[in-house]
Amino acid sequence: MHDKTLTEIAADLTAGKYSSHELTEHLLKRIERLDPSLNSFISVTGDNARHSAQQADTARAAGTAGQLAGLPIALKDNICTQGTKTSCGSRMLDNFISPYDATIVQHLNAAGTVNLGKTNLDEFAMGSSSESSFYGPVKNPWDLTAVPGGSSGGSAAAVAAGLIPAALGSDTGGSIRQPAAFCGITGLKPTYGRVSRYGIIAYASSFDQVGPMARTAADCALLMNAIAGHDSRDSTSVTRQVPDYSAELDKPLRGLKIGLPKEYFGEGLSAEVESAVREAVRVYESLGASVIDVSLPHTHYAVPTYYVIASAEASANLSRYDGVRFGHRCQSPADLEDLYKRSRGEGFGSEVKRRILIGTHTLSEGFFDAYFTKAQRVRRLIQQDFIDAFKEVDVLMGPTSPTPAFDLGAHMDPVAMYLQDVYTIPCNLAGITAMSVPAGFDGERPIGLQLLGAHFSEAQLLNVAHQFQQATDWHLRRPAFAEETI
Amino acid sequence: MQWETVIGLEVHVQLATQSKIFSGSSTDFGAEPNSQASAVDLAMPGTLPVLNEQAVSMAVQFGLGINAEIPEVSVFDRKNYFYPDLPKGYQTSQMYYPIVGPGEVEISLDDGSTQRIRVHHAHLEEDAGKSLHEDYHGMTGIDLNRAGTPLLEIVSEPDMRNAKQAVAYLRAIHAIVTYLGISDGNMAEGSMRCDVNVSVRPKGQAEFGTRAEIKNVNSFRFVERAIAYEVERQIELIEDGGKVVQETRLYDPDADETRSMRTKEEANDYRYFPCPDLLPIVLDPTYVEQLRDALPELPAEKRARFESALGLSAYDAGVLSANRATADFFEEVMAICGDAKQAANWVQGELSGALNREGLSIENSPVSAQQLGGLLVRVIDDTINGKAAKQVFQAMWNGEGDSANNSADAIIDARGLKQVTDTGAIEAMIDQVISDSPAQVAQYRDAEPDKRGKMIGYFVGQTMKASRGTANPQQVNTLLKQKLDALC
Amino acid sequence: MALEQTDVLRAAHLARLGLSESETSGYVDDLARILDMVDQLQSLNTDGIAPMAHPLDATQPLRADDVSESDQREQLQQCAPAVEDGLYLVPRVVE
Repeated sequence: MHDKTLTEIAADLTAGKYSSHELTEHLLKRIERLDPSLNSFISVTGDNARHSAQQADTARAAGTAGQLAGLPIALKDNICTQGTKTSCGSRMLDNFISPYDATIVQHLNAAGTVNLGKTNLDEFAMGSSSESSFYGPVKNPWDLTAVPGGSSGGSAAAVAAGLIPAALGSDTGGSIRQPAAFCGITGLKPTYGRVSRYGIIAYASSFDQVGPMARTAADCALLMNAIAGHDSRDSTSVTRQVPDYSAELDKPLRGLKIGLPKEYFGEGLSAEVESAVREAVRVYESLGASVIDVSLPHTHYAVPTYYVIASAEASANLSRYDGVRFGHRCQSPADLEDLYKRSRGEGFGSEVKRRILIGTHTLSEGFFDAYFTKAQRVRRLIQQDFIDAFKEVDVLMGPTSPTPAFDLGAHMDPVAMYLQDVYTIPCNLAGITAMSVPAGFDGERPIGLQLLGAHFSEAQLLNVAHQFQQATDWHLRRPAFAEETI
Repeated sequence: MQWETVIGLEVHVQLATQSKIFSGSSTDFGAEPNSQASAVDLAMPGTLPVLNEQAVSMAVQFGLGINAEIPEVSVFDRKNYFYPDLPKGYQTSQMYYPIVGPGEVEISLDDGSTQRIRVHHAHLEEDAGKSLHEDYHGMTGIDLNRAGTPLLEIVSEPDMRNAKQAVAYLRAIHAIVTYLGISDGNMAEGSMRCDVNVSVRPKGQAEFGTRAEIKNVNSFRFVERAIAYEVERQIELIEDGGKVVQETRLYDPDADETRSMRTKEEANDYRYFPCPDLLPIVLDPTYVEQLRDALPELPAEKRARFESALGLSAYDAGVLSANRATADFFEEVMAICGDAKQAANWVQGELSGALNREGLSIENSPVSAQQLGGLLVRVIDDTINGKAAKQVFQAMWNGEGDSANNSADAIIDARGLKQVTDTGAIEAMIDQVISDSPAQVAQYRDAEPDKRGKMIGYFVGQTMKASRGTANPQQVNTLLKQKLDALC
Repeated sequence: MALEQTDVLRAAHLARLGLSESETSGYVDDLARILDMVDQLQSLNTDGIAPMAHPLDATQPLRADDVSESDQREQLQQCAPAVEDGLYLVPRVVE
């Protein structure tokens, strides 16, 4: 059961091949057995899951179940779930039981999905390796000495290992796509504003988006149907109509125009990744697409632009963790300043502190215009690059990450680590949608192909990804780790 | 040396919305601690703000009320600082693109003159919670019910030159916001709070002196006294060879002084930047025009109309238009009795005296505008004289009669206060008084004719007493004079 | 723009982050390198380019002025470190 896709499970549940209850028990057992080696879950919510599965089975029997009823999923632990710990991978929120559900959790609950738990992540979703969690690093099921990518590394590793068929992640600078690439699964970062941010613990508010991580594009479409849409509690969510993302998956790609940004094939790109991506592009040509070279001239500036703006937003977003209303509070504070400084000093890990310091510094007097306002101007140039490119082509393609998964503990230098995100960050700066789909291997380690689409072109992107998965079998490969029989 | 004072005010007005600026929590005053602090107000992880349309509408109405520019686009910024009453660790405010641009407020001074004070801008922001300093085992308690209440911060230009002008400006702002109904203006409950920027400079000098900001001066009287103290302090300091430092000070009403707030050496660095959770407010010009068309008559217009159309003195017009409740009361009384001057005299005299004695506001007056109007109708048509009218008023104040229109009539009837104008009846009373007062009559007769005018008062008093105050005083006067002079 | 230790200490104070001495010196190095990378932006001419605060060119939606939240104090204070009489407790605030 555990190597099936959501789409297959939905069909099996409808056909009565097994119940959601049986499936849930099976997966809980796998998590119990296998996750100690992976560390992909922070909380496993077995009782809630069993209860939801039972309800879904009852609804199926009564014929009142929706398409998603009984489907097991997991949620990145920066998504608020009422009554369960929502830690954000931080000591700061180790004791935080969310008093409310995020809007998307309400949607998923209403749709009848079975939430098995909360997945591990880089602390406050800041990172590209899932090593900065208070709960310890996550490991890559393809190679336990490799990182799973980050920050949604727990979601990616759990899906790849067959602990859960699909999970939600969040993507601020590549945090869905890069771990999807490193773990050989499919991940979609929606257009900014497409999915409600209410109840998603903020890292950088003008970038954060939640999206699906699953084995296939078809499964991502299924989950997008449940989570996309306007939310009156999120001022930045759009009222634009939500299409049926599953409806256009089978559309043929004849006539599709693909652009290859030359800046995505430059210095620092590993030869194996480049050849896998070029091979994938040839598959698209064989499906009737045409390919041209394009330029996104400001790509080089994306990483510095991102680290200025995202850190600035984060520095303010994380000020609410002050030891007063929730979260970590130091022992016996001497005075107010001591309460703040020790609670925050103890509660946050080193990468979070680093970004708070960058953000605070670049916003402070004398630096604001040179750093923050400058970065905001460059952000517009980067967005304009995409707008111009999408006048020429339907989708852009390139690598998700310059290399496959790196070794655990390999990247100690923060700048080198930040530069890993050079291909994923521009999309977040522009607010457009993008995906990563499995497209090959470098040895044991998977390689991801990135697809980038114009604002609100998720349906098209999912179609483009699905057609690739009809023509290739990279997404069907399983790590040996997942084959352990339980 | 001659010194000139320069004053600018930052007035924070709580807007009278039902719910908070960015959440659906109630803004009611006085609820149980933290019972009106929702997940959004508490800055629970993951929560987001959504802007209240009434807060926008009220801010725009204020801008229109002071003839301000209303920019099409305004933007919320985050003002970053740590304080336990500020849950997010930043205040959502408007630093760079406020909702209300430059405007001006007309103030009226005690001598009846008016003056224009420029408003630099007004912006929307969220209020903070409250720290309760009662002792909780040496800790402070934080109540966040007020956190997120919409505030309009109105920033004046440094156009005021003395405390009286500053108070008049504050009164004018109070009048405008209460006229518009966008705030209850209750300073005791903190609905309107004021920071005062004060500096002094040698008369004739163009540059401003270094200013001190006096925080949270929360009554008209305290504004006047805080400025007076601060001006004296600064002048003394400079004349003694010292320098005014730019700092935040606190006015202590008990000691009647301002003192420096113990802040750290560090200059504040609020690191303002546009709030990514909120998008630019874009105002449709037709929306603004609709609000403009719906504006009520504002204090300055009302004052002008009271003077020109009703013939009131500048002073009366100023007092009666100073707040909406008084103006509404006055206009209702006037509509009933048809005599602006009588209505003005009574509202400002008898009524306001009685309200002041009992510490009541006009909204809580025991005598309604309808009752007072009904009373004045009877004064004007000579049914009762002025003295009886005061008795009727007192009876109404004490709750006699009912609150219906005719309650003046009911009291007049019940007490037999109807004015006696029958010459025969008055003559009979006068004859009785004269025959009962032989000594006084003799004195009158012996007095020089030019002294007699004063002496007649005794006989008027006795006659009025005999009529239990109901005789028409003019008639009594005329008839007495005739009869007494006939005896001479 | 060169970064001094005082810059890091100032930022840490503004952000109310308690840092050990070794943390501070580590961050001075890190931030210096990160800001070197950021300084690349200075080479780009952005004259006439409006700062971009949001990825979408949208305007603020407005909410009707309705009271939609009820008293949830009990539930919301369950995760609070110190409360008494419904108040959040903090070390004495001196004004």
